[in-house]
Amino acid sequence: MEMTGAQILLKCLEKEGVDVMFGFPGGAVIDIYDEIPNFSVEHILVRHEQGAIHAADGYARATGETGVCLVTSGPGATNTVTGIATAYMDSIPVVIFTGQVPTPLIGNDAFQEVDIVGITRPCTKHNYLVKDIKDLARTVRQAFYLARSGRPGPVLVDLPKDIVNQKCDFEWPEDVTMRSYNPTVKPHVGQVRKVAKLIRNAQRPLIYSGGGVVLSKSHEELRWLADNLDIPVTSTLMGLGAYPGNGKHWLGMLGMHGTYSANMAVNNCDLLLAVGARFDDRVTGKVSTFAPHATIVHIDVDPTSIQKNVSVHVPLVADCKSALGSLKKEMEALVSEEDWERKHEEWNSQLEEWDRLHPLTYNDVDDAIKPQYVVEQIQEITKGDAIIATEVGQNQMWAAQFLKINEPNRFLTSGGLGTMGYGFPAAMGAQRAFPDKLVIDVAGDGSIQMNIQEMMTVVCNKLPVKIVILNNGYLGMVRQWQELFYKKNYCETCMDAQPDFVKLAEAYGAEGYRITEKKDVNKVLKKAFATDKPAIIDVRVTKEENVYPMVPAGASLTEMLLV
Amino acid sequence: MRHTLSVMVENEPGVLSRVAGLFSGRGFNIESLNVAPTLEKGVSLMTVVAEGDDAIIEQIVKQLRKLVPIVRVVDMTELQSVDREMILIKVNAEDSKRAEILRITDIFRCKVVDVSMDELTIECTGDRGKISAILNLLSRFGIKEIARTGNVAMRRAMQVTE
Ligand SMILES: Cc1ncc(C[n+]2csc(CCOP(=O)(O)OP(=O)(O)O)c2C)c(N)n1
Ligand SMILES: [Mg+2]
Repeated sequence: MEMTGAQILLKCLEKEGVDVMFGFPGGAVIDIYDEIPNFSVEHILVRHEQGAIHAADGYARATGETGVCLVTSGPGATNTVTGIATAYMDSIPVVIFTGQVPTPLIGNDAFQEVDIVGITRPCTKHNYLVKDIKDLARTVRQAFYLARSGRPGPVLVDLPKDIVNQKCDFEWPEDVTMRSYNPTVKPHVGQVRKVAKLIRNAQRPLIYSGGGVVLSKSHEELRWLADNLDIPVTSTLMGLGAYPGNGKHWLGMLGMHGTYSANMAVNNCDLLLAVGARFDDRVTGKVSTFAPHATIVHIDVDPTSIQKNVSVHVPLVADCKSALGSLKKEMEALVSEEDWERKHEEWNSQLEEWDRLHPLTYNDVDDAIKPQYVVEQIQEITKGDAIIATEVGQNQMWAAQFLKINEPNRFLTSGGLGTMGYGFPAAMGAQRAFPDKLVIDVAGDGSIQMNIQEMMTVVCNKLPVKIVILNNGYLGMVRQWQELFYKKNYCETCMDAQPDFVKLAEAYGAEGYRITEKKDVNKVLKKAFATDKPAIIDVRVTKEENVYPMVPAGASLTEMLLV
Repeated sequence: MRHTLSVMVENEPGVLSRVAGLFSGRGFNIESLNVAPTLEKGVSLMTVVAEGDDAIIEQIVKQLRKLVPIVRVVDMTELQSVDREMILIKVNAEDSKRAEILRITDIFRCKVVDVSMDELTIECTGDRGKISAILNLLSRFGIKEIARTGNVAMRRAMQVTE
């Protein structure tokens, strides 16, 4: 059947099972918008394109499916770049459709023309400019396939206005074949055996799990290994929730703001099983002293991650799910053969000892509100049954440290890029995916102002996101660095000139709360979480609190500054 | 060490800039790069000469393979291969020097492709060593200009193991 480019695009989205996209219209995409009412895909109108891309990303992280975003050419497209880079760094599947000027005008500096394919080449998994309507359906199909297969990531499709208007027979390509793209999936049997043997021989094994475990949905396999073989688990920021935060073998996060026991475990283990993690500098600290006594096994779907930052002894290129699955099979026979608990008893009690020595903690007070206390109260009220998004900075680290994330896809945070302004629109996307769940953005007073305009979007779409601002009047994380490493020269980090967040919430038609006393924290949070409206809860916390433990940038993991 | 990489790519717009962008974005050094179609429909061959230690070359090869439109990457330096480059050399050639220059041209089995009153342009094909040797020999006459194609390479049909 003959259809216009716009119709073909929307039909393809239906075929891909897309139920919602986040977007913002403009001249170059007006023909697509003209057709939206005729198709089943819902469109959520944001207030800034950065909100759209982060919302699509938050939707993807919370559901494990692909997020979709639609924007116009020129400024619409460039406004998504930060969000695309955010998704790219964390390997999140999103497909971005951008309008483009008509093909005859491309390269002429036409009105609202920008080379978005050129701009986003280094921060997308792949991108396309559709130049022939006959390629449209196949391109959309490939874009979704690329976004979610192998190591996932954002894929951008640039759509010139004339292509969207032309007509062509619609044909849905059932299969995607790309001779140049074959993401390795199945693990090498010999390597799996080698890993199994290493686990058998290890006295002090440690699992270091990352975002790849969440992305590949292999948390069950991971939990099986940890629980049946009695192996302690630490994880990156991106991997939180894969192993439960209240689980028996959980050590807490590792790295710059990791727990004492997790970092000591890395330093002392004799076998490090890195799964779906990439040895980021925020995790390793000084590379040359990272895991100095360990045989390192690295399981990752992306060969470029392996041997990039740290030289590993046993690489295993495979989808984490199939790699851990094969490993589980290999180990199943051995489970009953050995008394694993006995075998790792000394190691596990050493870890407990370290945790007793320097637990994750803070100096609580009665006459003021400590930010960590607020996070603990969120944990207390939600009991882990909420989707948490975070902004970036101290708020993000306290959320990561003090919440117990018990399931994957429950903790949405910009890890690789560290994008302030990510959390709120991401929470909005997650709330759209799970309308009945409690979705909370743990925010900083600085970050929240970066995408505050989306208040209007959540109000008019009845997405009751709760924003808890840990309001310290500072760009706190930068201030912490200034305090510790720049002689307290708090240059341009004091942000105590700020809007009245309560009135701001009310102006948008949401609820606003302010908490200034410790005794009100639990009560007011509970009340705000119980309403069916979006809400901002402005919590006035102590101003100069620091995140500890802290490994200074470039130092070894054992050189932790403690509370 | 210097490596010659043969990179088969889908012949589509933007592929050259993806490869070039990868090198600049990740701080890898390209010494030379050339692109031309192959016998296979829709596939072009890029030959990249890059410099780096083993770890860097390993990253370059993997990062290239990760680019979606890249079909195949072979590190020719790991194989027995024929490596060739062509160079055009414009050299000063006043009457008294001309015979000597022509003799060198002969010894290197090169061709004179352009002449004027006081210049010769010589076309020379060979591996890296040969090209630097002729450049070296001609330099004392005064080389005015050169143009090089960059390396191309082909796997030898017989891979001899000792
Ligand atoms: C878009 C962006 N700009 C700048 C930074 C650098 N930065 C990292 S944390 C931070 C402070 C954030 O302040 P706030 O949101 O109040 O959080 P706090 O650390 O106080 O909890 C800044 C400026 C960033 N991560 N992202
Ligand atoms: Mg702050």
